[in-house]
Amino acid sequence: MSEAVDVKTLQINGHEVSALRGQTILQVARENDIDIPTLCHLDGLSDVGACRLCLVEIKGSNKLLPACVATVYEGMEVTTDTERLQKHRKTILELLFAERNHICSVCVSNGHCELQSLAQQEGVTHVRFPYRNPELTVDASHERFTVDHNRCVLCTRCVRVCAEVEGAHVWDVMGRGINSTIITDLNDNWGESSCTRCGKCVQVCPTGALFDKSKIGSDHPKYPDFLPYLNEMREAQ
Amino acid sequence: MTIEELEQIAKSVALENAKYDYEVNVCLDLACASQGADKLREALVAAADASGKKVLVRRTGCMGPCSSGPLVRVDPDETLYRHVSNTNADAIVASLGGAPVAELQCDLNEHFDLQTRVVLENAGHIDPEKIDDYISRDGYKALLTALAEMTPNGVVHRITESGLRGRGGGGYPTGLKWGTVAKAGGDLKYVVCNGDEGDPGAFMDRSVMEGDPHRVIEGMAIAAYAVGASKGFIYVRAEYPVAVARLTSALRDARRPGLLGSNISGTTFNFDIEIRLGAGAFVCGEETALIASIEGRRGTPKPRPPYPAVSGLWGKPTLINNVETYANIAPIVRNGGKWFAGMGSERSKGTKVFALTGKITNTGLVEVPMGIKLREIIEVIGGGVPGGHTFKAVQTGGPSGGCIPAELLDLGVSYDALLAAGSIMGSGGMIVMDDTSCMVNVAKFFIEFCMTESCGKCIPCRAGTAQMHTLLTRICEGSATMDDLELLEELCSTVKEASLCGLGQTAPNPVLSTLKYFRNEYIEHILHQRCPAGVCKIETPVADQPAVEVLA
Repeated sequence: MSEAVDVKTLQINGHEVSALRGQTILQVARENDIDIPTLCHLDGLSDVGACRLCLVEIKGSNKLLPACVATVYEGMEVTTDTERLQKHRKTILELLFAERNHICSVCVSNGHCELQSLAQQEGVTHVRFPYRNPELTVDASHERFTVDHNRCVLCTRCVRVCAEVEGAHVWDVMGRGINSTIITDLNDNWGESSCTRCGKCVQVCPTGALFDKSKIGSDHPKYPDFLPYLNEMREAQ
Repeated sequence: MTIEELEQIAKSVALENAKYDYEVNVCLDLACASQGADKLREALVAAADASGKKVLVRRTGCMGPCSSGPLVRVDPDETLYRHVSNTNADAIVASLGGAPVAELQCDLNEHFDLQTRVVLENAGHIDPEKIDDYISRDGYKALLTALAEMTPNGVVHRITESGLRGRGGGGYPTGLKWGTVAKAGGDLKYVVCNGDEGDPGAFMDRSVMEGDPHRVIEGMAIAAYAVGASKGFIYVRAEYPVAVARLTSALRDARRPGLLGSNISGTTFNFDIEIRLGAGAFVCGEETALIASIEGRRGTPKPRPPYPAVSGLWGKPTLINNVETYANIAPIVRNGGKWFAGMGSERSKGTKVFALTGKITNTGLVEVPMGIKLREIIEVIGGGVPGGHTFKAVQTGGPSGGCIPAELLDLGVSYDALLAAGSIMGSGGMIVMDDTSCMVNVAKFFIEFCMTESCGKCIPCRAGTAQMHTLLTRICEGSATMDDLELLEELCSTVKEASLCGLGQTAPNPVLSTLKYFRNEYIEHILHQRCPAGVCKIETPVADQPAVEVLA
């Protein structure tokens, strides 16, 4: 068999599916309309395996693997929705809600928020953990956009899109652990940073942490679908 | 340099040493140095000069029983003195040739008899800043023998045969790791030494790097030859300035005679080492985070696979081992794999260095054969718990490990046995606790450590450890309910199973192990608002207070 037709067959939730060598479990699952929840993953950006929502079980291993980075192999048996996984996903979402100040009713992204949708989808009805209620800042120094750290889930999509697609690397992460925050340049105000004002970070932000000032008080859906298209067009050139 | 030249150097060192009748070794490791060992050495030199006796005063690395420092050992009689101060210098020099100074002498035979020294064989015997001292004790012989007589595959085979497992904590078979890197393609490969020792209470790697730096360099050079690497990095935490200085001067001394550099010993093998400093992040001891840090990026872990053995530093195959692992390499190559495999237990071979700390008489470094009972380490080598208190638990493996209670003290120390008991071998920290320690408070301490050292990349570790800390604080304050305990246990399972790297995956271990063996202490805090050890300050609940009469 030649390299070109290196096809793997595997099972996801009992369904026989085929995949190309090097494909991730998530890619194969989505091609076959099998849903695996994700938060830090976004088509068109590199994967970091950080949100741990896409963890899946592999038969024969006790270890849970992130579907966004784990690649397929022949005869693999993947399960994506066991009770154990559902429990972890719920706990992770609860941890996110308790970590910062997510108040949907006053958020620009209410109704278009990935965190909100994930919670509904996974059946998170209440949060068991004590809310941490941290005091966080809002930076509205940019002429077009605002960053509200209260709503940030540290998925680092903005960091990646700025570095990988826009090539500006304005965003980065500062601090450690529970005190991590996203920053622009060397923790300068966004408005005084080297930002190119392209707005890609706002479109990829899954919550209302990054938003367009002109959308305050109105519907603020986000359109991250341009990314795979942009990447494809760039590669074609 | 050739083996003959090495032997020549060894001979000249022996001739030089033979000029002296006595050797006075002064431990100048951090613990002793902080108690004035430097002044002591000067006083000894002055006293020796004044006495007219032929005395060699030598500074050495850690001798082991740090709590008895400053330590002085007089050879050839091997008389050990403890708590020596510079005012004792004249008495020690005067005693040479006669009876030892009785009031300073210490009898630690029991302490040393149960130990087997492989990694620490030179500690306390050589001057760490003199390469000739190292060479005089068979230093660099293993490297030159490997280059002259063995194929790279032969070296890997010898390490595999020895059964050596990684000393950094995970216990991955070293030979298997080397074999994987050796088989990886590409002409550029790296060898990395993990010296980012960060567990609270652990100082084995520091002592090895400070007391015998050439041993680490030689181990890395042999590893580089075995896997086909030409460039090495030693990643040391910047909090170890002495280790950094000693390694830097050791690298310079190794380059001068061509033990590092191009065409080592006239072969085609090239290898050199650079030192990289850690900036104080515990997570950088995790191999993928360490790689990111060496590359100059933010020290956060990456999901594995791909493993560093396939794609590591700058995407090249990279071998990462711990300081102590490299320190075992030269003796294995010199004495053979079977010699090493002859020590230790069924699946854990050789010896392990432990840093004994906490409520124990002989605080310090010990090296014991694997399989030795915990009881022997604590009661015999460690001298037991001081002050008439009773032993309660021993914490192994640092913040990733667990607490082992008194009833399991007859456990033989090995990777698998400790894992089965709910702890891990870890890098070798051993913190002994007595009846004055509250186990809930201990668990809270370690969770606080993990919380502040979490890199913040993955949610279970970042937010999970913070919530665990909140729940444990509630328990310690006496304001928790049994629901909180249940929630804590559930959270432990998510943090353990869902976290990205070893830090998060092992962070719940101190909580889980104390819950397993000391559950009653948790319950006591929650239901009766009482801390059995009397550590936690719990305010009496309002309801129990006598009603205050209100004067109208």
